[in-house]
Amino acid sequence: MSEALLDVEDLRVAFAVGGREVRAVDGVSFTVSPGDTLAIIGESGSGKTVSCRALMGLLPTGTHISGSARLRGSELIGLSDSELRRYRGSDMAMVFQDPARSLNPTIRVGEQIAEAIRTHHKVSKREANTQAVELLRLVRIPAAERRFHEYPHQLSGGMRQRVMIAIALACRPKLLFADEATTALDVTTQAQIMELLLELQQELDMALIMISHDLGLAASYADEVIVMYAGKIVEQAPAAQLFGVGGAVRMRYTRALLDAIPHLERPAHTQLPIVSGRPPDPTALPPGCSFAPRCRYAEDDCRDKMPALAEHAPGHRWACWHPCEEGGAA
Amino acid sequence: MTVPQHSDTGEPKTGVQKTGEPLLSVRDLVQEFTVRERGGAKAGVVQAVSGVSFDVMPGETLGIVGETGSGKSTLARAILQAPRPKSGSVVFRGTELTKLRGGKLLQARRHMQFVFQDPFGSLDPKWKVRSIVEEPLVAYRVGNRAARRKRVDELLDLVGLDPSRYAKRHPRELSGGQAQRVAIARAVALEPSLLICDEAVSSLDVLIQAQVLNLFERLRTELGLSYLFIAHDLALVKQVSDRVTVMYLGKLCEAGPGESVYRQPLHPYTRALLDSIPSTEPGGARASATIKGEPPSPINPPSGCRFRTRCPRATDLCAEQEPMARELATTGHVVACHFPLTEPAPAAAAGNGTAVQPATAQTTTGQPTTTASKAVS
Repeated sequence: MSEALLDVEDLRVAFAVGGREVRAVDGVSFTVSPGDTLAIIGESGSGKTVSCRALMGLLPTGTHISGSARLRGSELIGLSDSELRRYRGSDMAMVFQDPARSLNPTIRVGEQIAEAIRTHHKVSKREANTQAVELLRLVRIPAAERRFHEYPHQLSGGMRQRVMIAIALACRPKLLFADEATTALDVTTQAQIMELLLELQQELDMALIMISHDLGLAASYADEVIVMYAGKIVEQAPAAQLFGVGGAVRMRYTRALLDAIPHLERPAHTQLPIVSGRPPDPTALPPGCSFAPRCRYAEDDCRDKMPALAEHAPGHRWACWHPCEEGGAA
Repeated sequence: MTVPQHSDTGEPKTGVQKTGEPLLSVRDLVQEFTVRERGGAKAGVVQAVSGVSFDVMPGETLGIVGETGSGKSTLARAILQAPRPKSGSVVFRGTELTKLRGGKLLQARRHMQFVFQDPFGSLDPKWKVRSIVEEPLVAYRVGNRAARRKRVDELLDLVGLDPSRYAKRHPRELSGGQAQRVAIARAVALEPSLLICDEAVSSLDVLIQAQVLNLFERLRTELGLSYLFIAHDLALVKQVSDRVTVMYLGKLCEAGPGESVYRQPLHPYTRALLDSIPSTEPGGARASATIKGEPPSPINPPSGCRFRTRCPRATDLCAEQEPMARELATTGHVVACHFPLTEPAPAAAAGNGTAVQPATAQTTTGQPTTTASKAVS
């Protein structure tokens, strides 16, 4: 696809921990078209956050990153920090989980936004301040002029996250990463922030990559869904193909995730279908499918050979030797 | 069912689902904290819990749902008398806890244990798992050393941790799920009759969360435990609870059998909570933000109904008069709202947000919804 905004190919990220190599991201490829919403779903340690931080250049030095990631045709992997800074903020930006820790508690929120503007554009302080108030309005903060002068502690969690979004949007990026951006928020606030993000995405024609542990969020808001496990993509499809009427999850791990979520439809006190154990030690990954040790349907071939991620149905990729039957529940 | 009411007896009138004496009976519980400015001048009073009443019957799980600032965690701590509530009564196994002190309180509390959200925060990092689980046994002088040792092994087995592998570990050598199992083993060591879980699975990954939820379920049947299960996640609470209570800004909005509250929410706030949940269910509607804004400060909560500032159905009446909890539709399903969703929206609604449609769902018995309101207050 030539028109892709972001084209990631065979991304690999490895750390050295205590002399042993941790393959946090192990050959991840995907593309994002302009204006798309992609959800990357996985549990702690699945590599979802590390992948995106690698693209943003936010990993500590000493991390070994290989593969290719082209943003509007320009290669990001291998760039120095100062070179990456040209893209960060202006072409791509990130919103994090904890707005309380991302904001400086001693500086008024408006000034923090103005600072982000002045980092990338040569504008006067006054002009930056005016733009900051506009950004506060853009993220639907009521009484923007007054809020400009407030400190982060004077704002609620939802308001702080709106400020973080305002900072991320300061240079009108074409790609926004939202890393568990609504996880710390209440469910009614989460719905508001997600709607805000989708509205802004339309207004600014921006692509959105949501990183989350919540499949429900992906089902509700994303166009395309990637599920990661132990550093690899194990399933990828348009959200409509995975969830909802006629949707079919094929990879056993995705199925297990879906089944483990408490549903309102399920009667109280029913046992949840569970998967025993926990994700594999990233320094000692099994030779076959990483999920095989926990999978009820694993057979000898699963333990011996890693299934490749392949497009088995139009638009639907999965990596599983014995996928779920079409039509759903195993 | 619990009907916070203004009758003289203070006894719930209707809907008790399991007969007999309640295990835990909370009446008109109030907890307030004074906020002071620098220098000590009184800046305001946080009205964290304002007159909440409910019962937990033996063997029952009562779920409490609420967002940040709803007072659900403060409520749990007030039941534990840490800190003591400002007013109201907490009767546990027939004993009034608010009047007890020192050793007597400790003895009464022995059968009421807590599991918190962050297992690492509640386990001493310098202690080994064995000592952590043994501690309550030592504190309450249960058995001799050999008997306690055997009991710790049993407890670790019970929560699915192999004692030979885990007893000698420190908390840092455990995963989040394992640490929470240790916290649960410690909580059930003294054979409590009530386990209060405050966001006990919220920090766990979904597959691990399912394991711990199943463990709670198993302990419920094996040990005959009752639970007060507090969480912000409505689906999670419904999964484990016989009855669900929805709190907003220190007050009860709605309470009833889980199935009934979910199928036929009566309070506009409950409806909004349900609408906000992103769902993966086939045919499940996409999550939508049906209410705007965020909860106001509990320092100066709105007059009348505390939800009125965000409620699409609010009228002048809601500002003037606090709605009393009353039973509607199904037995044991109570709501504190002047204009519950069984009735058409009031003509003079302030329209704070998108209109909330009256519930057209049917009750669990399949009867069409009527406005057969049996006011209790």
